[in-house]
Amino acid sequence: MTGTARGRRGPAGMEEKGEAAGLGFLGLDRMRLLLPLPLPEKLSARTLRTHLYNHYLGSRKVREQRRWLLLLWVVIWSLISCCILFLMSSQAVEKRREALASMCDERARMLQDQFNVSMNHLQALAILISTFHHSKNPSAIDQLTFARYAERTAFERPLTSGVAYAVRVTHAEREQFEREQGWSIKKMYSSKKQSPGPGDAEVREPAAEYAPVIFAQDAYKHVISFDLLSGNDDRENVLRARESGKGVLTAPFELLNNRLGVISTYTVYESELPPNARPHERIQAAIGYLGGIFDIEALVDKLLHQLAGKQSIMVNVYDTTKESPISMYGSSDTGSGMCHVSTLNFGDPSRRHAMHCRFIQKPPWPWLAITSSFGTIVIALLIGYIFHATVKRIAKVEDDYQEMMELKKRAEAADIAKSQFLATVSHEIRTPMNGVLGMLQMLMDTDLDTTQQDYVRTAQASGKTLVSLINEVLDQAKIESGKLELEAVPFDLRTVCDDILSLFCGKVQEKGLELAVYVSDQVPHTLIGDPGRIRQIITNLVGNSIKFTERGHIYLTVQVVEEVMSCLEVETATQYTKTLSGYPVANRRRSWENFRLFNRELHSSDVSFAPIASDSISLIISVEDTGVGIPFEAQSRVFTPFMQVGPSIARIHGGTGIGLSISKCLVGLMKGEIGFASKPHVGSTFTFTAVLMRARPSSNENKSLDFKEINALVVDHRPLRAKVTKYHLQRLGVKTELTTDLDQFVSKMNCGSRFAKLVLIDRETWLKESHSMPLLVRKLRNKDQTDSPKLFLLENPTSSVKSSSHISREYNLNVIMKPLRASMLQVSLRRALGEVDKVHCRNGVVGNPTLGSLLHKKQIIVVDDNIVNLKVAAGALKKYGAEVTCADSGKKAITLLKAPHSFDACFMDIQMPEMDGFEATKRIRVMERDLNERLERGEVPPECANVRQWRTPILAMTADVIQATHEQCLKSEMDGYVSKPFEGEQLYREVARFFQSHDQVQ
Amino acid sequence: MAATPMNQLSALVNNMFATGLLDEQFQQLQMLQDASAPDFVSEVVTLFCDDGERIIGELTKLLEKSSVDFDRVDAFVHQLKGSSASVGAQKVKNTCIQFREFCQQKSRDGCLKTLDSVRTEFYDLRSKFQTLLQLERQIQGFYPK
Repeated sequence: MTGTARGRRGPAGMEEKGEAAGLGFLGLDRMRLLLPLPLPEKLSARTLRTHLYNHYLGSRKVREQRRWLLLLWVVIWSLISCCILFLMSSQAVEKRREALASMCDERARMLQDQFNVSMNHLQALAILISTFHHSKNPSAIDQLTFARYAERTAFERPLTSGVAYAVRVTHAEREQFEREQGWSIKKMYSSKKQSPGPGDAEVREPAAEYAPVIFAQDAYKHVISFDLLSGNDDRENVLRARESGKGVLTAPFELLNNRLGVISTYTVYESELPPNARPHERIQAAIGYLGGIFDIEALVDKLLHQLAGKQSIMVNVYDTTKESPISMYGSSDTGSGMCHVSTLNFGDPSRRHAMHCRFIQKPPWPWLAITSSFGTIVIALLIGYIFHATVKRIAKVEDDYQEMMELKKRAEAADIAKSQFLATVSHEIRTPMNGVLGMLQMLMDTDLDTTQQDYVRTAQASGKTLVSLINEVLDQAKIESGKLELEAVPFDLRTVCDDILSLFCGKVQEKGLELAVYVSDQVPHTLIGDPGRIRQIITNLVGNSIKFTERGHIYLTVQVVEEVMSCLEVETATQYTKTLSGYPVANRRRSWENFRLFNRELHSSDVSFAPIASDSISLIISVEDTGVGIPFEAQSRVFTPFMQVGPSIARIHGGTGIGLSISKCLVGLMKGEIGFASKPHVGSTFTFTAVLMRARPSSNENKSLDFKEINALVVDHRPLRAKVTKYHLQRLGVKTELTTDLDQFVSKMNCGSRFAKLVLIDRETWLKESHSMPLLVRKLRNKDQTDSPKLFLLENPTSSVKSSSHISREYNLNVIMKPLRASMLQVSLRRALGEVDKVHCRNGVVGNPTLGSLLHKKQIIVVDDNIVNLKVAAGALKKYGAEVTCADSGKKAITLLKAPHSFDACFMDIQMPEMDGFEATKRIRVMERDLNERLERGEVPPECANVRQWRTPILAMTADVIQATHEQCLKSEMDGYVSKPFEGEQLYREVARFFQSHDQVQ
Repeated sequence: MAATPMNQLSALVNNMFATGLLDEQFQQLQMLQDASAPDFVSEVVTLFCDDGERIIGELTKLLEKSSVDFDRVDAFVHQLKGSSASVGAQKVKNTCIQFREFCQQKSRDGCLKTLDSVRTEFYDLRSKFQTLLQLERQIQGFYPK
């Protein structure tokens, strides 16, 4: 059984192996697909598809195979269980047969033994008669004696119901014998020995020899005088008995009591014969015959009573001497079924007897076999079912997998489509929205009543919100579709921060908050990165802070990560008490404690900065506010898009909740991390890190030389605020000292030491120390008329304007409005120091000083078929000091740009009749390459001897600034693109990209 | 005070901004005018007016034909759009955008309709520009550099 099972399990195992191999193949195939990345995308996709298809087909085949295997399994196991049933039931039958045989043999043996005992006794009786009847004369035995003796010794012959003795009488002796006995010899009726009564018995006809019964037990007294030789059976018995000298049995016949019985005949000899005596000697010697009636039925019944379990078997005893056996015992209903035959030997060699044994009860159902085989088949079916279920499940999973793959593909396609749709739609919405907003602006300028104005204002505010939302969605879509690329241009982070502060000036003053920026000295002046995106992140954070802060301050700090690491411990100690505005803030350190960068720091020692490239620098930028904070339960979803702290927040503060999510993405793009710490009703601190590149140090534009010789003193009782002021002053090149204690300062002044030319006093300090202020002012003013220090009052927006103006008027102070920015500070200082403010700052393209410095004296060619555009573009570039040449077609541009030429750059319109900008650029590049090759070969035309390589920067001018155009620009080897009409910052960015690098090369 | 050319000029320009004829690009143009290019605005505006008149003439001719060459119409409209964008003629520019859409749809009726509005807007603008230039000349006459 187990063997077969093992045999069955073999193929299943093989199949599993095959499947595993298939999987391995699949995995291998995928690996092969993944590894060679430069493989053409289409090709790999097709391979993948074919592979999947094959795999699918293969799985179909395997499935078919599995079904057959399952069927085979069930069939084989059914057969096996049948075998089990058969084997076990036959085993049971065998056992039963053995039991029957042993029982039967036991009974036969006992029967035989009992019979033999009776026979022996019969023999003893024969000897008794021989001794006391024949050997004595006159005989010692008469009928009475015999009958009494036989009766009394009947217990020794339990099987014999009666004994009789017949004497041998020859014909010659008959008359004498009849006279002696007093009766004549009578004849028996054939086999009916007992039936005739004594009256009607016929006299025996004459014969050679007679064997009349002379003695009989009382029960059989009537047989006396009957000649045994006249009955066929008896005669035969008598003859055989005297021949063999042994007890001889008759065939069974019915006794008087309707039972079956046999008669055993024993011969009495005249003398003792040798055992090897011949038959005729024995015949000669025979003198009489002893007959015993055996009641076989009683005998067997008695025997069976003695044995246990007699009920369980049925015994039949047969005389099998003749062909057809004669039943001697047992019911005639033999029935069918199992039968065991044991031979009986009753000591008569010429007669054969057999005992047939049967179980009375029908054989019981072989329950064990049935249950075992049934159990086996159930188990097999269960296993089959499990296998089937597994296979079905696998098939289902495979199908599901296929379906999932399909759905995934579709979902991905849908996602891409969504992003594209978003990008396109937002772009499309922006254009008309600008129209709407412009119109609303104009509508506001017309004559409106208050209600109308209110409506228009609301409409405009909504429109602006919508535009910013669209911009944000566009950003999100770009980030999601992976189209957002960061720029890498040199920029000054301090200026960016100043710009952001300017942006929020109005709001901060409106709300009366203090807004300050501090950039650490260790942050390089020029960094390379994406200023726009950094500005976006910081603007978002600061905007949020302002939105949620009603009192206190917002403090933006920029530091190098290493710096933060080193002063971490100091920072924690000074919490709460010495913040910018004196309000408690959330623990800044908590906001970055989850950053991987720092965790790595904490675990390893200081050397861990080694892996960062020497050129890159990690900045950590924090925005700290004293606002409402974020509820703890909402802190987990702060960075989830469109999630706001609660519905009421959206209602009160507006916004989409997308800003932080975008910021997080952008920070991620800058290889940084963003985190926050927030305490409800105390404030929040958002911190992010960004990895930027160090730019090569260039001349510092903001550090104007005007302030180089000037010392300043900052009086502020809040050290952090004083630090901010110092930072701004130092950016202008002013040497700065800090004082927190005014009294100390005044006493120091009394000593006559040299002091600063500029004194900046925070308004809060002024109010706090108002009693000593007049004295200070007087002292400062009185000292020396010519070189009296200039006094500045740092105006805090929290204070009411009135009181400060009152102070400033009273003491003739210069007021500097916070938030402090370098440019503003510069203007204020200049004005105070009596210099004319030469730099006239205006927004937009015109007057952008940096652009002027870039484009000054540059030879630029402008190509546009539209003369109006040409004129305007030329005019704008001329404004920055560039020398502009105009060309109204692509062809003209090509002739002008035929190397060698003296142009530094070319602005090229894209859409032109005859030859568009892309085509013209391509041709120019071909010309340049040609020249470069000649230069390499050394065929240098005299005009360009000092040039190694020609490549004129060409910028596209286009009205639609979209991604596709940009890519096409790069494809046609243009260097960038600017919008038309020019937009200040973009123009600067693009121009700066190649002019600065150009300058560095020079 | 109300009658001085300076005030008239600023009133006119303000009005043009307010009615949406011009956008901030025109301010940029004005900023570009300085000592090195004293007549910059008038030069550009004159160029724009002449160019625009020519283009509108061409467009009228093209659209009168039985079979309209929409590609050429589109090219002209694009040119006019570019010019008006450079000058800051916002209204004309926006109408041109509309015009181009009709061109792409190859709808002659739409083109004719927008051409009419472009023409009206352009001539309206041109008359205002002419007044503006006249006033500027007056101012320069009064305050010679």
